[in-house]
Amino acid sequence: MKKKFDIEKAYYLFLLIRRSEEKIIDLYNTDKIKSPVHLSIGQEAIAVGVSMALSADDVIFSNYRGHAHYIARESNLDKMWAELYGKSRGSSRGKGGSMHLNDWNKKFMPTSAIVSTAVPEAVGYAYALKYKNKNGIVLCYHGDGATDEGVFWESLNFASLHSLPIIFVCENNQYAIYSHQNTRALDDPIVDRANAFGVKAKKIDGLTTEDFYNATSECVNKINENPNPYLIECMTTRWRDHVGVTDPELSEQQKDSIRIAIDNDDLKNLEKKLTKDTIIKIKKRVEFEIEKAVNFAETSEFPDKPELYDNVYG
Amino acid sequence: MDNILDNKIINYGEAIHEATFQEMANDDNVFVFGLGVDDPKGHYGTTKDLHKVYGKMRSFDTPLSEDGMTGIGIGAALAGLRPIYVHQRMDFLLLCMNQLVNMAAKIRYISSGEHSVPIVIRVAVGRSWGQGAQHSQALQSYFMHIPGIKVIAPTTPHDAKGGLIASIRDNNPVIFIEHRMLHKNAGYVPSEAYEIEFGKGRVLKEGNDITIVGVSHTVEDSLRAADLLKDVGVNAEVIDPISLSPIDYEIIRKSVMKTNKLLVVDNGWTTCGFSSEVIADIAIKCENIKCERLGFSDTPCPTTPGLEKYFYPNPSSIAITANKMCGGNIEWSPPEVTQHEIISFKGPF
Repeated sequence: MKKKFDIEKAYYLFLLIRRSEEKIIDLYNTDKIKSPVHLSIGQEAIAVGVSMALSADDVIFSNYRGHAHYIARESNLDKMWAELYGKSRGSSRGKGGSMHLNDWNKKFMPTSAIVSTAVPEAVGYAYALKYKNKNGIVLCYHGDGATDEGVFWESLNFASLHSLPIIFVCENNQYAIYSHQNTRALDDPIVDRANAFGVKAKKIDGLTTEDFYNATSECVNKINENPNPYLIECMTTRWRDHVGVTDPELSEQQKDSIRIAIDNDDLKNLEKKLTKDTIIKIKKRVEFEIEKAVNFAETSEFPDKPELYDNVYG
Repeated sequence: MDNILDNKIINYGEAIHEATFQEMANDDNVFVFGLGVDDPKGHYGTTKDLHKVYGKMRSFDTPLSEDGMTGIGIGAALAGLRPIYVHQRMDFLLLCMNQLVNMAAKIRYISSGEHSVPIVIRVAVGRSWGQGAQHSQALQSYFMHIPGIKVIAPTTPHDAKGGLIASIRDNNPVIFIEHRMLHKNAGYVPSEAYEIEFGKGRVLKEGNDITIVGVSHTVEDSLRAADLLKDVGVNAEVIDPISLSPIDYEIIRKSVMKTNKLLVVDNGWTTCGFSSEVIADIAIKCENIKCERLGFSDTPCPTTPGLEKYFYPNPSSIAITANKMCGGNIEWSPPEVTQHEIISFKGPF
């Protein structure tokens, strides 16, 4: 059964992501964050809505633009910040960085820095769930760029062939760095193509957290009744450059879409539905948690030389 | 295991089947997949009827999709399963490189040991009867180059069984290389399940005059060459490294300290290959060792037998090179040795 959409929680997670990434922007020119960052600013509603519809048994596969997914899953924020700083208390003891965040306590798998490369892993994990007759769903986040890769469609084919319990969440921000989807495919073919591969697909263009929550909940319920793969294409807008913290060098078309997206920022919409006291309480909590995490990173050490050789083989 | 009465003579392909069958019985997490693994031929018999015993979830045919299927195997390994992905030719691994190099080899490191990828990639190396440029490649060096991946290329049925079981039980991704021309070779194989150790080679023939190190099928040709060399009074030591990553350098160093001469015969191209690596180690670690190497000619593999015979090292070319290194008559030409496994092989596959 679908749980009621919890606005307070959505606002908290959304704000935690937004403020964490704004903190990254503030600190980036100090060179304390020694790692490329791919910011999710503008895309947070997807991660929040999707994550709130999942349960603890579910397994998350994300990608290099993964801060929002990681935080929305309520993964360890201290370890994320220590990882951005390259410190030994980070989620990969400093050996992964922003592009390879992971938190097994939350079943958040190590992310890949190569477009579409973890998509078949997500499908393989779903095969293992079926093989072991285990509960849980695999949630696989990817971008529109991932659908340019052949391996993406190989993965969807196998997922439908074996009726696997997996939801593909396509965050379509229309851009692969600066290459618009129009230069990479005719129209927007993602939903049609997914359906052709036997993966039931739907496009969500509402931009609100609750829309993404509802769409994901619907898929979760269907999978719980009868395992099968689903794809949700979530239309969204990335406000910053592909990598780093700068603003994109805007074309007129981009300017328009970003202006519209900022006007419709769901963080503001969620805030309007809450009382002043609640907003203040959540803002304080968010600032406290980020400050604590940054401090955790600042006070952690770099890993020692022997760690270079650890975990190459096991 | 050491009781010879418990051993039986089976061939290399049967040893692989037996290893797989026993490990699937031993561990429910072990499964096999790949194009045609459950078809009537069962990948040269090595996976025959496993689906009938263990069911379709544990032995299944796949879409060709080598790139995707590799990632799917890796994903299943991340969930605690022990997949064995079977390929009919090593050439097809070029379709899987992104997954093997960027994911399988890296996930343990980038998750700081939280996750491991216990996957086995079984690959057959083709040769003879027109395999040509794209069905004969032996790309072991590609994988030896990558930290995080192990590579093993057993020569004997005994080591095929023990090596495959070790690969399945290993918590790292393993490339398991089986040469098609070894599949019919027979030898004593213990009945029960056992492992051989990664990074441990074997002296297959002792000698004092020269050390010859082969790889997979060229180990067999090196043994034949050692026989030929007896006619000119050269007593060669032949080493089978078995494991290519890690390499048992100790066994090679110990041998060359005795013989002062090293001939590496790779089943593959020499440039940036196994031979380069072994000779580099000996050059650095040992003094005054005369080194030489043989391998595939620096060309794609030609399809016609008229040229293919010049492409591979053979028992005669190995023996001639070794004899020269030992100061023997440079005019010496040994009798041609029949490579039964190659002569008797008939296609189409």
